Formats: sequence, structure tokens, C-alpha cells
Amino acid sequence: MKKYGPVWIIAIMVSILAEAQAPSGDWLLQKIDENIGSDNKISHSRMIIHGRRGSRTVESRSWIQGDEKSFTEYLAPPREAGTKMLKLEDQLWTYSPSTDRIILISGHMLRQSVMGSDLSYEDLMEDRRLRSMYDARVTGEEESDGRACWVLGLTSKDVDAAYHSRRIWVDKERFVVLKEDRFAKGGKLLKRTEAKDVRRLDGRWIPKNIVFKDMLKTGEGTEFLLEEVRFNAEIPDHVFSKASLRR
Amino acid sequence: MIKFLLKGLMRDRSRSLFPVLIVVIGVMLTVFLYNWINGAEFNFIDSSARFNTGHLKIMSRAYAREADQVPNDLALIGVRSLLDQLRNEHPDMIWTPRIRFGGLLDIPDAQGETRAQGPVMGLAVDLLSAGSRERGIFKLEEALVRGRTPQGAGEILVSEDFARRLNIQPGETATLISVTMQGSLAVANFTVAGTIRFGVEAMDRGAMIADIAGIRSALDMGDAAGEILGFFDDFVYRDPRAAAIAARFNAAYGDGPDEFSPVMDTLANQSGMGDLLAMMRMFSGLVLVIFIGVMSIVLWNAGLMGSLRRYGEIGVRLAMGETKTHIYGSLILEALMIGALGSAIGTAVGLAESYYLQAHGINIGFMMKNASLFVSNVMRAKVSPASYAVGFIPGLAATFLGASISGLGIYRRRTSQLMKELEA
Repeated sequence: MKKYGPVWIIAIMVSILAEAQAPSGDWLLQKIDENIGSDNKISHSRMIIHGRRGSRTVESRSWIQGDEKSFTEYLAPPREAGTKMLKLEDQLWTYSPSTDRIILISGHMLRQSVMGSDLSYEDLMEDRRLRSMYDARVTGEEESDGRACWVLGLTSKDVDAAYHSRRIWVDKERFVVLKEDRFAKGGKLLKRTEAKDVRRLDGRWIPKNIVFKDMLKTGEGTEFLLEEVRFNAEIPDHVFSKASLRR
Repeated sequence: MIKFLLKGLMRDRSRSLFPVLIVVIGVMLTVFLYNWINGAEFNFIDSSARFNTGHLKIMSRAYAREADQVPNDLALIGVRSLLDQLRNEHPDMIWTPRIRFGGLLDIPDAQGETRAQGPVMGLAVDLLSAGSRERGIFKLEEALVRGRTPQGAGEILVSEDFARRLNIQPGETATLISVTMQGSLAVANFTVAGTIRFGVEAMDRGAMIADIAGIRSALDMGDAAGEILGFFDDFVYRDPRAAAIAARFNAAYGDGPDEFSPVMDTLANQSGMGDLLAMMRMFSGLVLVIFIGVMSIVLWNAGLMGSLRRYGEIGVRLAMGETKTHIYGSLILEALMIGALGSAIGTAVGLAESYYLQAHGINIGFMMKNASLFVSNVMRAKVSPASYAVGFIPGLAATFLGASISGLGIYRRRTSQLMKELEA
């Protein structure tokens, strides 16, 4: 035993040092939020939904103000064109031009898929900063998409959160979430996302292609392609009003 | 001999009244229970077929696997040509497309804001095509409570209970919020033409009936349908024939890798219906066996009591030289006469009760509040040709069995002991 004593001491010290070098989960969440968060942004995106019967593309433009206000207008395909969505704090309305009705999406409807994609309305609603929603703990280091990542275990602070826990792979240098698993309270894996094509835009690292996969659905998932994004853009207040849904 | 026995039975009421009463009660209960179970089975098959399963149902293989979740994204496509083919191959059957869907019905106020909202179980059926039989299958005219039946693709019927809950009046606009075949949010306006009550709890809780053209447009289902239902023209389900049609159809479409190829299922194969029907039939058979058994034991007992009471009479008849077999035969003949009379009266009373319940029924809606089965709230008896024999034959058989067993005592009497017995 005496012979191996120094080896043990070195091993323990290395482990303590390694632990000491790992940033805290809270600090990492703050870095993620700083990278992606912005007061205002206007984006143009495409969703390619790979269903069991084929793929289709949905195109939209979004105006987002902080964490609590967003407005989305669908541009294509023709059947969806003109459909608008408004999120104000914890409420979500949709406007369909064919009926000229504004409908509040609530209750179990929030769990429905958005345009047949692997994203639910609940996912759309949950764009608050991660740090305000979850307690985080670094659980290890792994590679994802060829990049060194911290692996974080996130546990919801709110009992009513759409996902009780998450596991995220955070790029060590760029603080971008490259991979994410979202779990139900019972531990069942509900959704998986993988970020690809991370680019530097306006001083931030932004994934231009995110693949969402609803693990309870068959199909090949939904590709979210960010075509264009402008951070800290000027957005008039009237955009985030129910009246703008009918405009 | 028969005349002699009849006279004996008429004059000695203790020999006839009690056994006849037992046979009457037993036969009446047998006939009534048989008709009641028959009615329940018919109600179950008829309601399920009309509202849900058809006598045959065609779905895509993928849809059939998840049918409980009504996955319209996996619905059949190319329905028009499939219907043409089915109508050509089976012209004696009714083939009709349907779409089941779930969603919310949202009632706007004058400003277009939500005034009331509730979940609906929707059924899109072919109400408007020339020659469609769906109005008759759903008995829409009978079920109509307020308003009228739909005259256009943009009109719907909602269940009366649901309409009252949401305070919907015929003529009002209702917005259906559902999911398209592609999985997008579907929002479509309809006019409520009228309200309905089918008397089937699973439908009356929150059903919405619409023409299939309107729903195809709302749910982006083009030439698609979740299900194609097949009905025998006389609306009587015949399992062997249905199974043969389904087997031929499925053999033609094979077990290829295409999960969207059509597959046909019989009524008995859907939602555990076969097991339920088998259970009902077993129960019906069990009731008959139990009644025959119980009646035989009671009549055997009555025969024994009769034999004891007629101990002296039988002794005298033996002493006078009548053979044991002749006496035994006359006892059985007497029992058969009692059996025939009791069975005839019992069958008549049982049939009268059954006919009454066939016409009026008993409302068991209070027991069906959360039922998901398509069963009418009003349970009715159903009289069939078999109902006339189902009690009569067991009634006759039970009296025969009872008399045969109790009468065996005659053979144990010893002629040498007769005088002693008579003196005692």
C-alpha cells in the first residue's frame, strides 16, 4: 500500500484540481444567456418538418422583445401564410386569416405541435433565460459535434415547467448549447435538440441550424434554419398588440 | 288416456297448480332474460357499428396501429378510387368515408373574442353527396333536438348537452380549433345548423357532426379519410361473411412494407368487441343452463312431493295390476302436459314483457355517465324467432327430467309389501 501512496495522493489532487477548474453551472448558464440573449431581435427562419409522409417547409418572420414579447408571422406554405402568433408574458394568441379569429392558446393546446413540427407551443412560450428557470450543475465533459463541451444537468426551479430537467452540452469556448436532452418529471426523454453550423453574428455565436426531435413522435425531426437575424433592432411597441394580429 | 290424465290434473289442483306455476315462472324468466341479453347485444353491435366500427372498417396500417389516438396524419389517401373499387366489388354493401377528429369548439362573441369554448369529439360524415346513406345510419332526423340538419359543407350539428353547456343557439358561428393532416393548427368557422341527442352517452357528451367536405377543407385532408366504413345493406352484422370479405381484401393488399396501405378489420376484431360479444353470448348460454338446472331440481322435488302424496294411489294402481312402466309412463305424460301448459303460459308472459321493453326500453343513462362504449342509454329487449322456443323447450325438458327422476321411485315399490303399506 505504501508503494502506491504517492500515486493515490496525485490522483486525488488531480481530481480536486480538475473539479476546481470546472466552472459553476450557474456561471455557465449566465454565459449562455449573455451569448444568445438580446433586448430586441428580428429574425427570418425556415422550419423543415420531416414527417412520416414526407417533408414540408414552413417559413416565418419573428419580432422578439426581451423574454416576454414575441410576434411571428408565417409566410409559407400558402395554407399557413398570414397566420400570426403573439406571445405576451405567459399568454399566446394565434390569428388565422381564413376565419378572421384571434384564438387564445391555452391548456392542453399548448402541448400541440406548432405547424406539425417537433416543437410545441409550450416550447415557443419557454424562451426565458435558462438561468432564471433552472438550477444547473456541471456533471462532466464530453465532445459534441467535434467540440469540447461541459455537460450540465439542469433542474427546474418551477414545478409547472414544461420540462422538469434537461441535460445540455455547452461549447467550452463559445458558450453555445450544442446538444440538449429534455426530460419529463419521471425521467422520460421527451425532446432532443442538436445545434449545427454555429456562426459568429453581431459578436455572438449563433447556431444557424437546430434539429429538434420529439422523442415521442416517429419521423425524422424538424430542422430549424435561421436565415437572417438582427439583434437589438428597433421594434415599435404596437407590433406586440392583439390589434397587430389582424393587420 | 290423455283425456283421463287431463281430468285428473284439472280436478286435483295440488297435482298441477304448483308445478305449472314453477314452469311458468322459470320459462317466463328464461324468455325475458334471453330477450334482454339479445337486446343488449343488438344495442351494443348496432350502436358501435353506426357510430364507430361499421360492420367492416378500412384504415391505413399505420392508422390502425394507433387508431385510439385518431392519428389523421396517417389517414388513408386516394379514398375516391378506393371507394369506387369497393363499390364495384361489393355492390350489395354500403361503403362510406369518415374522419374522426378531436378539437375545441370556440364560440365567439360580437367582437369576435372567445365567449365559450369546449372540447368536442368530431365526426365528419358524408351528409351531402347524392345517394349517401349516412343520414339514415345516424338517424339524424330522429336525433335532431333543435334547428335543422346541415344543408351545406359549412354547417354542423352539435350535441344538445354540449350546446346547452356552452349556450349555443342554432344559427350561431362556431370556430373549430383542431389539427390538420400535416399537424398544423386548424382553425375553421362553421355555422351550427342544429343540435342532436343520440341517446348514446359517448356521443352526447360533446359530439360534433359535420359534412366530410367541410372537414376535409378545414383539416387539409383533400382526398383523404381516416376510415372507410362498410355496412351490410340490411344492417345485420354477420361475422363469418365480414371475416371472409376482410380476409380477401387484406390478401389482395398483402403484407408489403408500405405502412400507409389499407387494411380491413371486422366489427368483431375492433376495440375488443369480439371478446365482449363472446362474453355476452356465454352469459346468455349460462343463464339458460342455470334456469334449466334449477327448474329441473325444483320440479324433481315437486315430483317427489307429489309421489309421496300419491303414495297410496300408486300402491292401489299397482295392486290393481297396472304395470310399473305404465304408471311411470303416465306420470311422465302428465308432467309433459304440465310442462307444455306452463311453458306456453311462461313463453307468452315472457314475450309480452319483452315486447313491452322492446318498444319502451329502460333508460340506464345514469349508469353510463363516463362510458366510452357506443351503447344506447335506453336498453331494450329484442324478440327474435328463437325467443319463442328458448323457454318452451327447456320448460318441457325440465318437467320431463324432474318427473323422470322422481318417478323412478315407482320401481322401488314391492308388490309383496303393498297390502302392508296400504294397511299402514
